[in-house]
Amino acid sequence: MTALPERTDRKLGLVIDLDTCVGCHACVIACKGWNTQHYGAPLSDQDAYGDASGTFLNRIHSYQVEPEHGASQTIHFPKSCLHCEDAPCVTVCPTGASYKRAEDGIVLVNEDACMGCGLCAWACPYGAREVDMAAGIMKKCTLCVDRIYNENLPEADRQPACVRTCPSGARHFGDLGDPDSDVSRLVAERGGVDLMPEQNTKPVNQYLPPRPKDRLQAPEMTGDEDILAPWLAPVAEEPQGFLKWLDGALERL
Amino acid sequence: MNQPKLNLSPKVSDEIRKTTCYMCACRCGIDVHINHTAEGDKVAYIEGNRAHPVNRGVLCAKGSAGIMQHNAPSRLRAPLKRTGPRGSGEFEEISWEEAFRIAEGWLRPIRASDPSKLAFFTGRDQSQSFTSWWAQAFGTPNYAAHGGFCSVNMAAGGIYTIGGAFWEFGQPDWDRTRLFILFGVAEDHDSNPLKMGIGKLKKRGAKVVGVNPVRSGYNAVADEWYGITPGTDGLLILSLVHCLLKAGKIDLEYLRDYTDAPVLIDADPDSATHGLALLDDDGHKLVWCRDEQRARCFDAETVNPDLAGTWERDGIVHRTVFQHMVDKYLDPAYAPEAIADRVGISAGRIHALAAEIARTAFEEAIELDIPWTDFRGRRHATMKGRPVSFHAMRGISAHANGFQTCRALHMLQILIGSVETPGGFRFKPPYPKAATAHPKPHRNHQPNAPLDGPHLGFVHGPEDLALRPDGSPARIDKAFTWENPMSAHGLMHMVISNAHAGDPYRIDTLFLYMANMAWNSSMNTRGTMEMLSDTDENGDYVIPHIIYADTYSSETVAYADLVLPDTTYLERHDCISLLDRPISEAEAAADAIRWPVVETDRDVRAFQTAMIQLGARLGLPGMVKDDGTAKFADFADYMVNHERRPGVGPLMGWRGNGEGGESHGRGAPNPAQLDRYIENGGFCLAHVPEEGQFMKPWNKAYQDWAVEIGLFDKPSPYIFTLWCEPLRRFQLAAEGVGDLQPPDHLRDRIRTTMDPLPIWWDPSEGQDGAGEYDVHALTQRPMAMYHSWGTQNAWLRQIHGRNPMYLPTEIWEAEGFADGDWARIASPHGEITVPVAHMPALNHRTIWTWNAIGKRKGAWALHDNAPETDKGFLLNHLIHELLPPKKDGMRWSNSDPITGQAAWFDLKVRVEKTAPPPDLASRPGLAPQVSPVGQGPDQLRWEVK
Repeated sequence: MTALPERTDRKLGLVIDLDTCVGCHACVIACKGWNTQHYGAPLSDQDAYGDASGTFLNRIHSYQVEPEHGASQTIHFPKSCLHCEDAPCVTVCPTGASYKRAEDGIVLVNEDACMGCGLCAWACPYGAREVDMAAGIMKKCTLCVDRIYNENLPEADRQPACVRTCPSGARHFGDLGDPDSDVSRLVAERGGVDLMPEQNTKPVNQYLPPRPKDRLQAPEMTGDEDILAPWLAPVAEEPQGFLKWLDGALERL
Repeated sequence: MNQPKLNLSPKVSDEIRKTTCYMCACRCGIDVHINHTAEGDKVAYIEGNRAHPVNRGVLCAKGSAGIMQHNAPSRLRAPLKRTGPRGSGEFEEISWEEAFRIAEGWLRPIRASDPSKLAFFTGRDQSQSFTSWWAQAFGTPNYAAHGGFCSVNMAAGGIYTIGGAFWEFGQPDWDRTRLFILFGVAEDHDSNPLKMGIGKLKKRGAKVVGVNPVRSGYNAVADEWYGITPGTDGLLILSLVHCLLKAGKIDLEYLRDYTDAPVLIDADPDSATHGLALLDDDGHKLVWCRDEQRARCFDAETVNPDLAGTWERDGIVHRTVFQHMVDKYLDPAYAPEAIADRVGISAGRIHALAAEIARTAFEEAIELDIPWTDFRGRRHATMKGRPVSFHAMRGISAHANGFQTCRALHMLQILIGSVETPGGFRFKPPYPKAATAHPKPHRNHQPNAPLDGPHLGFVHGPEDLALRPDGSPARIDKAFTWENPMSAHGLMHMVISNAHAGDPYRIDTLFLYMANMAWNSSMNTRGTMEMLSDTDENGDYVIPHIIYADTYSSETVAYADLVLPDTTYLERHDCISLLDRPISEAEAAADAIRWPVVETDRDVRAFQTAMIQLGARLGLPGMVKDDGTAKFADFADYMVNHERRPGVGPLMGWRGNGEGGESHGRGAPNPAQLDRYIENGGFCLAHVPEEGQFMKPWNKAYQDWAVEIGLFDKPSPYIFTLWCEPLRRFQLAAEGVGDLQPPDHLRDRIRTTMDPLPIWWDPSEGQDGAGEYDVHALTQRPMAMYHSWGTQNAWLRQIHGRNPMYLPTEIWEAEGFADGDWARIASPHGEITVPVAHMPALNHRTIWTWNAIGKRKGAWALHDNAPETDKGFLLNHLIHELLPPKKDGMRWSNSDPITGQAAWFDLKVRVEKTAPPPDLASRPGLAPQVSPVGQGPDQLRWEVK
């Protein structure tokens, strides 16, 4: 069993805006590209040109939501490691390979110590870890630990690959332990939530819920009133009346 | 604690080379990270270029997966000569010398006898200024890109109405718009800018409205979703127009000053110019001046046009365009209550949308303190704006009523004054550009001579049609004929069918570039495959020769006699040109290049270079010097040294080689030009002066800048054309006026569809087998795939490797479907058997699936167990290029009667639950092709050391 740090100096993580994510998978592939070339063993693909199955650290799921009133909705839901404060994947690790960094809270796998037993993936309630079939070791989101402090990158690029690439700006990176950080403020403003709080994992990553939808409605009609009132009252009932209105309106221009 | 020590600053790569993405048509800037290895320079990682105007550093899934496309096992390795029957995929690799000899052997005699025997059509339409130049030099009238089966309605509807279109040719004013309404877009051109724009709106809390039968992608994040019935967008838009007109929520000042709303139209049904504008002796349109109470030229400095009214002049009654609009659209037939059932949206929701448009446009109006001067010479202290913007694409245009629907949408924008005003829709240079400023189509050809002008263009009446003296079509695709007079992009989807039928004539060589016409880019896929391989009574192929150029081993490769292998986008020069489809922004003209960031390791040549070399061998004008030797060594040489007009070439940046230094816009060819582009990250930006950034069609500062930079040779302001006179000229002919007369069987159709004001009709009428086929069927393009290319990409195909047919709850429950079930989907043309899935967020009478996922076994270097070949499928099998026979036995093309745009989305089907096929493979199953490149490896562990 592996211990978690008692506390971490910072709580680095992602804030993912479900009101803005269009489900384009840009984050999925930017992650695949960076982490295939960098950090540890490359992310492999089995039967790559047949019935392919490869390692991804971030995947997008799509759900249909049927509210009680109004039209059905589609929600795109990106999911990767949430870098939980009480990470069961760490405490379950028999070799100490899984660990949570004391300085920033990032949950990582020490690939040299990992034997690929898969216990951590079993313990993770979010399904956020995948064994790489070629390397035989556990892979997971590193929050691009090899980017965010990397002095070989321009400062603006020191953020996870998924955040840097997200075209709609639905992904945000920062210190969720600092209440004054941009990400913490965003969470406060938009009512960010834990994923599956009942699991008591205290995830650091936060999700911003979709805003209410489909609220443009004409009012209930009682009977004879003009259906356009009060927003779009007709300028005249008859075409001649319309032209008279037009004449007056042009005069006033 | 056993926390290992990490190297937090590992080396990222050896070098970054900046070029332009080509994983789709969006043209983002990319940083290609290169590692120097023992085997040469290798691509290690690709990310977005932060300085690039298109994507500002972001990059979509396709772009980041470029490394897998560049290294795909499906890449062709050398020119191929067919050895087996067409369609088999059996080839031998040959040298370029032999490939050129074969091509020359077919093309030289054609050019010497009848150049129209060559049909040259390109799937890719972003090198069109080059490919059309080549085809003109060859002399064939039979050239076009793929716009006819893509979205010509959007382009032509826009250009004929506002002098520009959505696509990537304009953009909402993302920083100021408060209400954004998106019609019929899944994933499309301008994909990253759209996502970035929607992200901006979301950040500001601006409202996003999606009008689409399917609530996926952008519609999933829309604050308001209007799940419209396919093909009825035009009716919804005209109902919004009705509501806004009736309530007087229209921008009268804008209509009066910047549009043809006040233009006087001949309203005398007995007049030979009935429906045409009243002109002065110089051909200027006339309006009724309220101050002087007489007809005056629309652009006079002191004119005060009246918008509505009827006046008699020389004994002929004239009414304004606006009067016609009032008469037409105030008709209660357009009231929300009258159309709600048809469009599948409640009247209350339609009223509410009209009210939201009106409220945002007029109660949240914008005024920018930017003084400007209009084309009449009047000075304005501010720019007034209506913060409502729209975007639309193939969803509304790929219907037989798409041209009029696109025009209706532009009319709606114009009515509220939100085109080229702050907060609305903004053009990107070289747009705005009136339809009259574009070339007309040219078709006159003769042996050993170039064509008499550009193939494609904008017709303004029957005299501009591409007809032979006997009235028969001059072009193999029958573009610019009475069947589809305003087919500005040609009809690539009719080429194979017409060439096979020898209608209007037989051709000798079909030359295709990067278009998967033997698979997902054709209607009636199986029929198309048969036409390509059909033989005559002598056993000869009906289409005698087929040349195909592509980078990858697609389904269409198998049908070619000669294959010219292209490079990947990281291995070639390319030019994203202002002469073509540049990457401009609303506030800057911008163009870009691609350059070989890595060397090719195969015996392949960039397509454009191969064409330049082939052209030189054929001695085509412009491609050889006076002594007959090649003028350009390769495409890079052409990009720098070709001049379309003196001082104007493919690239605008860093021109000039004399003492004047380098400047953007006009100037002599500069031998260092490509180096300058590379130093600047692969692109060039030239900013529009602040005073010229809005109101561009009428703005003197913009017009002067456009001349300076070389977009025009003189200022070319114009007014928007709500009244489309070219349509009216065809209608007049159909009414019997004039010498050029349509064939009788088309008269009624021309009269009813070519209304000069936008109208709506049911485009799927006649496709429903008298009610037997009552469900709409569509495809959408996924965001992570582009056409068929993505399938060979080991990363992307794991996202979209199979495609169920998505069914709405109504059909799901009525047929008793459950997870894992299969359905038989039938249309009047054919049937498919496919897996299904339930999707509640869907118009209740519409089914859909992802586009171009299904693949033929053997193509794209895939293994036989690739799910694309059995769990994936094409909807194309259900769509025919011809409509079912009319009463008189005639079969019209499945296209818009005005532009010829392929009406993919008019399909009606029947859905039945069926037992899963025993082999769990979708139907129809087509015979496999042999792969000329083998199959990809089993496992990938991609890492460039």
